[in-house]
Amino acid sequence: MMKLLLDRLLTTIPALIGVVVASFLLTRVLPGDTAAYFAGPAATPQAIEQLRQQLGLDRPLPEQFGHYVVDLAKGDLGKSLTTGQPVLSDIKARLPASAELTLFGLILALLIAVPLGIAAAVRQGTVVDHACRAIATAGVSLPVFFTGLLLIYVFYYILQWSPAPLGRLDVFTSAPRGVTGFYLIDSLIAGDGETFRASFSQILLPGITLAIFSLAPIARITRASMLSALSSDFIRTARAAGLGARTIIVTYAFRNAMLPVITTLGMVFSFLLGANVLVEKVFAWPGIGSYAVEALIASDFAPVQGFVLTMAILYIVLNLLIDLTYRVIDPRMRNAS
Amino acid sequence: MTAVPLLEITNLTVEFTTRRGIVKAVKQVDISVAKGETVGIVGESGSGKSVTSFAVMRILDRAGRVAEGSISFSGFDLTNAPEFAVRDLRGREMSMIFQNPRAALNPIRKVGRQIEDVLRQHARTGSGDARTRAIEALANVRINRPEDRYDAYPFELSGGMCQRVVIALALACRPELLIADEPTTGLDVTTQKAVMDLIVDLTRERGMSTVLITHDLGLAAAYCDKVVVMEKGEVVETAAARDIFARPSHAYTRKLMRATPRPGIALRDLLPEGAPVAAIKQPAASDAALLSVKGLVKEYPRVHTRSLISRYLRKGNETASAPFRAVDGISFDIRRGESVGLVGESGCGKSTTSMMVMRLLDPTSGSIIFNGQEIGELPARTFAGNSLRSKIQMVFQDPTESLNPRFTAVRAISDPILRLDKPMAADALRARCEDLARVVGLPPDLLDRFPHQLSGGQKARVGIARAIALNPDLVILDEPTAALDVSVQAVVLNLLADLKATLGMSYLFVSHDLHVVGLLCDRVIVMQNGQIVEEGITKQVLEAPTADYTRALISAIPHPPV
Repeated sequence: MMKLLLDRLLTTIPALIGVVVASFLLTRVLPGDTAAYFAGPAATPQAIEQLRQQLGLDRPLPEQFGHYVVDLAKGDLGKSLTTGQPVLSDIKARLPASAELTLFGLILALLIAVPLGIAAAVRQGTVVDHACRAIATAGVSLPVFFTGLLLIYVFYYILQWSPAPLGRLDVFTSAPRGVTGFYLIDSLIAGDGETFRASFSQILLPGITLAIFSLAPIARITRASMLSALSSDFIRTARAAGLGARTIIVTYAFRNAMLPVITTLGMVFSFLLGANVLVEKVFAWPGIGSYAVEALIASDFAPVQGFVLTMAILYIVLNLLIDLTYRVIDPRMRNAS
Repeated sequence: MTAVPLLEITNLTVEFTTRRGIVKAVKQVDISVAKGETVGIVGESGSGKSVTSFAVMRILDRAGRVAEGSISFSGFDLTNAPEFAVRDLRGREMSMIFQNPRAALNPIRKVGRQIEDVLRQHARTGSGDARTRAIEALANVRINRPEDRYDAYPFELSGGMCQRVVIALALACRPELLIADEPTTGLDVTTQKAVMDLIVDLTRERGMSTVLITHDLGLAAAYCDKVVVMEKGEVVETAAARDIFARPSHAYTRKLMRATPRPGIALRDLLPEGAPVAAIKQPAASDAALLSVKGLVKEYPRVHTRSLISRYLRKGNETASAPFRAVDGISFDIRRGESVGLVGESGCGKSTTSMMVMRLLDPTSGSIIFNGQEIGELPARTFAGNSLRSKIQMVFQDPTESLNPRFTAVRAISDPILRLDKPMAADALRARCEDLARVVGLPPDLLDRFPHQLSGGQKARVGIARAIALNPDLVILDEPTAALDVSVQAVVLNLLADLKATLGMSYLFVSHDLHVVGLLCDRVIVMQNGQIVEEGITKQVLEAPTADYTRALISAIPHPPV
């Protein structure tokens, strides 16, 4: 198993090198002058030129790239000009926020979509099936910023059940001591029920917003792969052997139908993690997506490069996890070279 | 025999709702199975034999339903019983085994666990001794080292072994009735014999009743007390196994019997009585070898289980494991106008050999001389562009899978002409395809149909027409009739023999069925483990085999008692 892990990590090195080069080049190619932006609208050309020299932007590209790679090797992702903080600490602070929100939304979506997909496949062509299709279509058709705003309007403005959509915690609660960076988990570790409740009520609306959006792909793929599993020969054998409906559906069909569901899950997760900028904006969530977009608008290279690299690493780790899960589920994968 | 039959099917009609309306798959069928009796249900595809058994087990799929009639099991009415009551009977009182045993097992669950599931379901065991009971069930079907096999997954077992597991699963709760739906289709003859003997031994030992569903009359005759012949959803004849072969009363039974290849008959005997046939012209096989294979070897590297890193680190001292030899230095000739059979069980290397001769696969060493020219060295990848391609053609195993589903019959037949021949006008091409269709006995008005609109036999004719479109010298037939019903097989085999006589081609006929090979081929080559174990004139090999392996193959074929 360790050997496999190492093997897989080794094969990702070329991809990572590619990401480093591409993210560096792309940020330089983009229009926009960093020095001019940060010097401010009133700056004189001399001041801009001076700032440019300070930032090292007057150097030839290969030299800039060299510096970048050397810093990277030391674990230094550079400094954000917008926040004034090292990019690494910015990302460290913001990644858990995004990850917690995405995971929360995804787990919520899973809890609804998987049973729904299974029910739709088992009762194919019935009301359940049509309901599944309707819910999935509606979920994916509504833009997240719209669902988000609607939820805020109903639950915060009208019903006042929900706290103000202003980040991960209200102003009266302080963040729990960081162990995982996930407030829900950290507050539980600290045994702080108050903070847990506070952060839970904050994450609920954006989590639901994400869940509604990611329901559709999960429910549909569950339904499709359940249908093909249910029509296979071994299900007929199981039925002929008189096994109970529960055993047939869960142990026999669903375990075989899980692989495509997990693949979809991985894709949805990595997509949402970086791309739910709109949800983060609507709920003032201090996440990594909005951080990267703000930096991009300001032509602030270091955070953008750091962001792209982080996402690439996450993606690799995620895929590795999915592969390992495959092996746990499907014995045929274990001997495949 | 008891007065009350164990299973009594009365006036059963099963309907399927399809897009084109309601189809009756089974019509007014009466079958009864006494306690301890083995009943064979025989018929070709579409005869409703499997649907009948699914109706008994109440595992018809959504679209099917019992429209009329009744099925009673030990006096218990199965047709109107609630689902939970029937489910309790399934696996405990009546069990079923299926064809394609590997697919019939859950691919990601240990086989022992699957047997345990059944034992637990029917409360035959507490969790403590479930494992012991499952291992016992495996031992009962004569699986060696059952303790180890308990932890095996289906993909780690051979087809015959998987079928044993399926049997163990079906018999774990000691049911009174076993329904075996084509239990040995797709298995080698020797494996088939082992599996059938096992089923018979176990069911006799336990006094069980068995329903054997098969397309193979020989198999039914060899193992059943009573045979029910079905055609198009109806029972046409029911009789004791001995009588039905001695005095078949229904015309369809007679037709089926005639079409079943058996020793001591000629190709024409397969066709129905009164069919207008001319004697097969025997072309003079010349002495010149058309194809000469010498010392042909195909090796495959063993699968590398070592990881990338360790391979990299130990690059210097690579301890190479010996590669696997699929074909191990074989030599044979095919003369002009001759047909040679290549026989053996799965994994013997016959397909690999035919693929190399076909130039779809590059040999590791050895030579293939075709018409005096060395073709073994022409790379398989570019052989499609070689002019020799048109001289060596192939008819594939599955007539459906080997046709492009989006090509009409005429497009499929014209494909080799378009690719390899001189460009020709559209109407000339059409005329040529119609000629070819006529030669293979395909009505020209079917030429514009797609594969799914043709029957199995018609698709086989399209495949043959495509192979002979360019007047090849050598046609390789890779089990061309394995997927066809016996009556269709009879016609196709006769067609192949006639074509060879009129067109003067040579055949390399790859098959696992010695009887079929015996009917069509002048000489036969028997392969085992990549080597030729016997070679000779077909009649001699079949009647007086010298190799033990050939004898084992011949004796494993079930014979109707005629």
